[in-house]
Amino acid sequence: MASRTVIEAIREAMDQEMARDPSVFLIGEDVGQRGGVFLASDGLHKKYGEYRVLDSPLAESSIVGIAIGAAVNGMRPIAEIQFADFIAPAFNQIVEEAARFCYRSGGDFNLPMVIRTPYGGGVHGALYHSQSIEATYGHIPGLKVVAPSNPADAAGLLKAAVRDPDPVLYLEHKRTYRLIRGEVPDGDGVVPIGKAEVKREGNDIGLIAYGLMLNYCLEVAEKLAAEGVSAEVLDLRTIKPMDEAAVAATAKKTGKVLVVHEDNRFAGIAAEVIAIIMENAFDSLDAPVMRLTGPDVPAMPFNHVLEEAFLPTPERILAKARELAAY
Amino acid sequence: MASVKMPQLGESITEGTISKWLKQPGDQIKKYEGLVEVITDKVNAEVPAPLAGVLKEIKVKEGTTVTVGTEIAVIEESGTPGAALPTRGREPEAAVPAPQPVSQRGVSEPARASEGEGRTRLSPAVRALIEEHRISDAELARIQGSGIGGRISKKDVEDFVARRAQPVAADGEQREAAAPKPTFAQEGTESTVVPLSPMRRSIAGNMAKSKQTIPHAWTVAEVDMTNVVRFRQKVKDSFRQCEGVELTFVPIIVKAVVEGLKAVPVLNASWSDNGVLMHRDINIGVAVSVDDGLIVPVVHQADRQSIAGLAKSIDDLASRARANKLTIPDVQGATFTVNNPGTFGTILSYSIIAPPQAGILAMDAIVKRPVVTDGDAIAIRSMMNLCLSFDHRVLDGVSAARFLQGVRRWLEGFSEQVPLY
Repeated sequence: MASRTVIEAIREAMDQEMARDPSVFLIGEDVGQRGGVFLASDGLHKKYGEYRVLDSPLAESSIVGIAIGAAVNGMRPIAEIQFADFIAPAFNQIVEEAARFCYRSGGDFNLPMVIRTPYGGGVHGALYHSQSIEATYGHIPGLKVVAPSNPADAAGLLKAAVRDPDPVLYLEHKRTYRLIRGEVPDGDGVVPIGKAEVKREGNDIGLIAYGLMLNYCLEVAEKLAAEGVSAEVLDLRTIKPMDEAAVAATAKKTGKVLVVHEDNRFAGIAAEVIAIIMENAFDSLDAPVMRLTGPDVPAMPFNHVLEEAFLPTPERILAKARELAAY
Repeated sequence: MASVKMPQLGESITEGTISKWLKQPGDQIKKYEGLVEVITDKVNAEVPAPLAGVLKEIKVKEGTTVTVGTEIAVIEESGTPGAALPTRGREPEAAVPAPQPVSQRGVSEPARASEGEGRTRLSPAVRALIEEHRISDAELARIQGSGIGGRISKKDVEDFVARRAQPVAADGEQREAAAPKPTFAQEGTESTVVPLSPMRRSIAGNMAKSKQTIPHAWTVAEVDMTNVVRFRQKVKDSFRQCEGVELTFVPIIVKAVVEGLKAVPVLNASWSDNGVLMHRDINIGVAVSVDDGLIVPVVHQADRQSIAGLAKSIDDLASRARANKLTIPDVQGATFTVNNPGTFGTILSYSIIAPPQAGILAMDAIVKRPVVTDGDAIAIRSMMNLCLSFDHRVLDGVSAARFLQGVRRWLEGFSEQVPLY
């Protein structure tokens, strides 16, 4: 076991995968000599050389397009989109090509590729460096979407994504990069895609989240315990395909569920989680399923007060959880 | 807004079933206009609107049984559309916190459930627990809701079940609650579960309570009914023509019972811990079997009626019982009951006392038998057994025997001199 931050865990996992499999390579803006804008690939250019760590032009569509071409020819590319906010130019390549390739070829071709991208706010990134995109891409059949909350899951899910035969959108919450530190198991430590994990057991209410919000929920659960409320915290880890059984199990066990995410409210991941609960655990519900999300406004503001107002904070989650517990 | 509660439709009635809503939400309703039909374990009754206004909401669906006092509907009073606050003072629950002001923050805030609604709205989890642990409505009414607006939460029910499972006091109700869950036959066998009607449930509750609390004693007298049978045979046709009803044996027996009770008033009484309650009136309950079970309408002040009067009263009560037309007073206030299983050929019946009465008399079948008469001759006589169940706390065997003797003498001494009117 080694103590790592999220960004260190991601770097180490890429390093290990590149060492393990020569078909794995990196491509993205400034991922090479600069080591990536968040230093995710720091040192890898020097270690593996310019043919395995490629600096691309400022053209997201091309980054993903190159990755698709390489993947269909047997390589395992890890494409980095510098900020999730910049992924829009590659939308056509991701949705129209990557997500459909296997289906369109009747299963003859898989695309074993990973698109890594930092998402989420709370770092004063303002309108173009704070967006959450999981609901948008989670909606697309053929695409897998993961969003780890801690270093062990970050490393384990990245390895699983590299080895997966299909395109995986790997979402890294940028505020967790250096904020969240934890043990990363020695050895392989692959975390299967599609499996949620109960990060804290509890009976009275269930908190369901992922990414940064999952860490906030753990904080809240600790405070609730002091108030005599036993909260279970379920980390979705994979947005798509979602672990419906784990979601239903937490709902059945607690009867009261609060879903938290930073992404906008309307048609967000919480809406899907709640639908799964209604379909699978209605008879066990003891309260309306609640959600606490970012608001339906176009982007996260730069103004620090407004940024704070946008985000579900531990205080806000605690207040909502108390409301649920008292229902 | 004013809430309409399940009314108490008579003493000892604890719950009622909504049979039919006569008004629908949005309907204008006048004060005292029929609002809903309610079936209790004894009668059907139409509940009038307590005030004029518009029926806003029906809280209890048709076919659902709720305890007395449960909110069943909400009426918005005329002249105060949407005004919740000014009328609150009228409601007994004015003590509950005032509703939270409606949020001004816009669409992101879900509409709040109004306060006080919480108790009656049960979550799926709570419903499932009620089903699983067979929690009765009466028990549910005892559970304190700890949720918002007094809502009963899953935890409240779990706590209740845990408490209920603890060792039991002598209290009958608790014992009932802690009784092991009946095991029903598994699927694939011939058994099916027939849901309990309010009447079935009521009979079951009363009978179990009676046998658990009243020390029953039982005694039988054999009565020679020959004189009565002959008399009835002779007058029954003309009686039917004059009175329009049959002269059955029942009014004659009731008359004999009244005479017996006059002679032994301690049987026209009720047990209480403070003393035996002696009743001035003699009100005779007459058991009538109906489709769904049994109902016991009451001939009030039977001691003031002639045999013909009793015949008419009993005929009227029995036909209204079978037509489901009895009113609350018709089924209340009996001080003693007469049961007539003999119609179905029984010869010895052990009836269960209907609390709080002290006795019940069963008339069994009248059968012709050879009997040794006074002069040591053998004669064919019409014989009947009168079986008396009595509350041994109230009286002893001597009084019971004296009562039966009185009834027997009156019946055996029957002659044309006994006035019908």
